Amino acid sequence: MNVKKVLDAKGLACPMPIVKTKKEMETIESGEILEIHATDKGAKSDLTAWAKSGGHELLQDSEEDGVLKFWVQKG
Amino acid sequence: MTFQPMKASEVTKKVFNKEELFILDVRNQDAFEDWKIEGDHFDYLNIPYFDLIDGVEDILDKIPSDKETLVVCAKEGSSVMVAEMLSEAGKDVYYFEGGMKAWSEHLEPVKVGDLKDGGAMYQFVRIGKGCLSYMVVSEGEAAIIDATRMTDVFTNFAKEKGVEIKHVFDTHLHADHISGGRKLAEQTGATYWLPPKDAGDVTFEYAALKDGNKVTVGNTAIDINALYSPGHTIGSTSFVVDDQYLLSGDILFIDSIGRPDLAGKAEDWVGDLRETLYSRYKELSEDLVVLPAHFMIIDELNEDGTVAEKLGTLFAENHGLNIEDEDKFRSMVTENLPPQPNAYQQIRETNMGKIIPEEEEQREMEIGPNRCAVR
Repeated sequence: MNVKKVLDAKGLACPMPIVKTKKEMETIESGEILEIHATDKGAKSDLTAWAKSGGHELLQDSEEDGVLKFWVQKG
Repeated sequence: MTFQPMKASEVTKKVFNKEELFILDVRNQDAFEDWKIEGDHFDYLNIPYFDLIDGVEDILDKIPSDKETLVVCAKEGSSVMVAEMLSEAGKDVYYFEGGMKAWSEHLEPVKVGDLKDGGAMYQFVRIGKGCLSYMVVSEGEAAIIDATRMTDVFTNFAKEKGVEIKHVFDTHLHADHISGGRKLAEQTGATYWLPPKDAGDVTFEYAALKDGNKVTVGNTAIDINALYSPGHTIGSTSFVVDDQYLLSGDILFIDSIGRPDLAGKAEDWVGDLRETLYSRYKELSEDLVVLPAHFMIIDELNEDGTVAEKLGTLFAENHGLNIEDEDKFRSMVTENLPPQPNAYQQIRETNMGKIIPEEEEQREMEIGPNRCAVR
């Protein structure tokens, strides 16, 4: 996957992962991909809902050793 | 303007007193629709916090000025953010301390009534999730029935009352919440009683609770009489306490009855459920006050916050006790059932001692309403 930027939101509690993701998204172009790392368990449902409401696409997500990773394509 | 915290205990009082409250719930729509803070006179607005990051201007005219506004989220963080933005925009608001996590865990002790020898029956209302636990107190001793995992609440309450916890019971193997029974017994040295038919797979020692067992609390006899009453599970056991109270577990609720399917055996257990409700309970005094292990809707709360009703009244008014036709009864309790409680299989395994999840994981497993009934 052609990732444009990686955002480290590990250790941050809600709402910060989404606040930072939103800011970071504003720095990339439509069609580009942002990779997000988070440890807050709520990030998954929130990112999914946020991406949907903002017209972005959550391409993939994974969980490994307590770290959640998301790949979001800007809409 | 200001923003301040509001505690779960304060919101509970508003539920009990049927006060007004405007709730701005900033969780996702799915989470809000699945489970929220319920109150008779509560109004709601659900807007996810991520739609408010850029500003709250769009919702300012929806925030009422004639009642208190409470911002609610899952754990607190987002509600603080939104509350702060609202206060900067000129609104007086509260954020909900601890979020829905705290709401799920809050227990409100309420006195149900006195016992004959001067002791008392207390109900612990888990207002956010609808679980009910009980403490029978008499002459320096206490017995606890269907304890939730927030065991500190029970041990602190016992300390306050100056009583020693001697017995801990579970009416059945719970599927909707994690029992605190075993932990309480370990902490206090009390005996942990479980119905053996529900405990076939448990990994720890327990005292076998059987029909006709009699346990005494205090020096004078506050008898706890076990009554085998299968149906929700095959081991489900009720208690008659002090000839006054019928602790019905998940068999009979105020406005509904227990569902027989949470251990995967609806077809097998529906006959037991019928027999318990329509025969065994019929033989009991109609003056007994039924104290169930759950409530499902806020309407089931009495004015003082208790969940209790005379057995005779339930025989007259509870729809589930008034289905003459057996086939109709069978289809009502086995078809079109509500969704099963969140993570109910893992919760059952935790209660058997087969898995031991971390506290945070236990919290996640218990998120949402209890869903133990059919109406």
